[in-house]
Amino acid sequence: MRALDLGYMLDLVPVILGYVPLTLFMAVVSMLAALVLASLLAIVRVQRLPVLDRVVALFISFFRGTPLLVQLFLFYFGLPQILPAMEGINGVSAAIFGLTLHFAAYMAESIRGAILGVDRSQWEAAQSIGMTQGQLLRRIILPQATRTVAPTLMNYFIDMIKGTSLAFTLGVTEMMGAAQKEAAGSFLYLEAYLIVAIFYWVIVETLSVGQRALETRLGKAVAR
Amino acid sequence: MSGEVRIEGLVKQFGDNTVLAGIDLELEPGERVAIIGPSGTGKSTLLRCLNFLDRPDAGRIAIGDLSVDAARASKADVLALRRRTGFVFQNYALFANKTARQNLMEGLTVVRGWSHEDAAAKADDILRQIGLGDRGDSYPAAMSGGQQQRVGIGRAMALDAELMLFDEPTSALDPEWVGEVLDLIRRIADGNQTMLIVTHEMQFAREIADRVIFMEGGRIVEQGPPSQIFGNAQDDRTRAFLRRVG
Repeated sequence: MRALDLGYMLDLVPVILGYVPLTLFMAVVSMLAALVLASLLAIVRVQRLPVLDRVVALFISFFRGTPLLVQLFLFYFGLPQILPAMEGINGVSAAIFGLTLHFAAYMAESIRGAILGVDRSQWEAAQSIGMTQGQLLRRIILPQATRTVAPTLMNYFIDMIKGTSLAFTLGVTEMMGAAQKEAAGSFLYLEAYLIVAIFYWVIVETLSVGQRALETRLGKAVAR
Repeated sequence: MSGEVRIEGLVKQFGDNTVLAGIDLELEPGERVAIIGPSGTGKSTLLRCLNFLDRPDAGRIAIGDLSVDAARASKADVLALRRRTGFVFQNYALFANKTARQNLMEGLTVVRGWSHEDAAAKADDILRQIGLGDRGDSYPAAMSGGQQQRVGIGRAMALDAELMLFDEPTSALDPEWVGEVLDLIRRIADGNQTMLIVTHEMQFAREIADRVIFMEGGRIVEQGPPSQIFGNAQDDRTRAFLRRVG
């Protein structure tokens, strides 16, 4: 047994810190894209649009039913073999692509549940004043669904941040990839992985503070 | 604003259950008609079919110069009908994510395309009329049932509908709030507003309505001025019902 090399860990802080932007970039871009996609998928499901509804159900089933790592390998190593358009796709793009589709599938179901959870009287009131289906979704239903689904979406975002670590398997040097390289050179695996673990932890905890602030803001319409 | 209303042969079925068995009804501009009758006889469904919250299976609905064949109503027809009717819900159904003022403005800005300023001015004017001039920034959850229902009525008023539909507007209210809501409806009625009111408040129906309709089993059984329906009903079913509630 040996002592923890704290000095080495401190030395790694600036190294890992340099890769925080790439990790956050992948997570934020994937999250925004997944939010848009998931909302569209949820609306297709709620409105039971013919044919599209079936396609979306299949999409959700596949991306929830298979591991994220397998999906990333499919996008990075698999599909480029048959799709010329994807040839030479870089790891970051493939990771963003995979994270987006994977999490959109999960989030779509949560958003659909939140939309259906909005009281029927809210739909009817919006219809009664002559709103179109698009107006009532955008103005009345989605804002209320957002409030209920926000904590769940935040959980997915947290999961997504951690999910970006899988990008290192596609050759991307992000936080995890950087720790991996350092460990391979120094053989101080414990220190390297511990420091990267702490980095993820701090990022997620910082977000949780933001989450509480956001929920307070979204909750003001129901506060007495 | 006030429109003439003509309803012909309105039919609504839920599965095998015929809820409206061919309703014919005409309202003159400014006429106030109250609908009474036992629960489950299609009173609310009639109202909800007029603006397609429930889609009627057959019949014709005409409001002002708009005439819609229920069986083949397009999306545009439905929107047009809704834009000529105001609907007051039993459970208020205020937009929970909007303040009282925003509830009144929503139809003006989003549906009518008014500017924010014009809509806000009109909303504030209506808030004063409904006695809530100081509650414009309150969210529904922070208001009493009576206040919420007054906003619900204000939301319908804001659109200057040709026909106002009231679906048991006081049924969900605590007794202490019923009076203020009925007072408000009386005041709107004085403004020559064509209205159709489903209500369990017999006294209210008697004093506000130009005509009272008794419905049972999805049909209009009897109709006439309040004095006739409440004082000298011709049909046994009407008399039996009034004895039960009276």
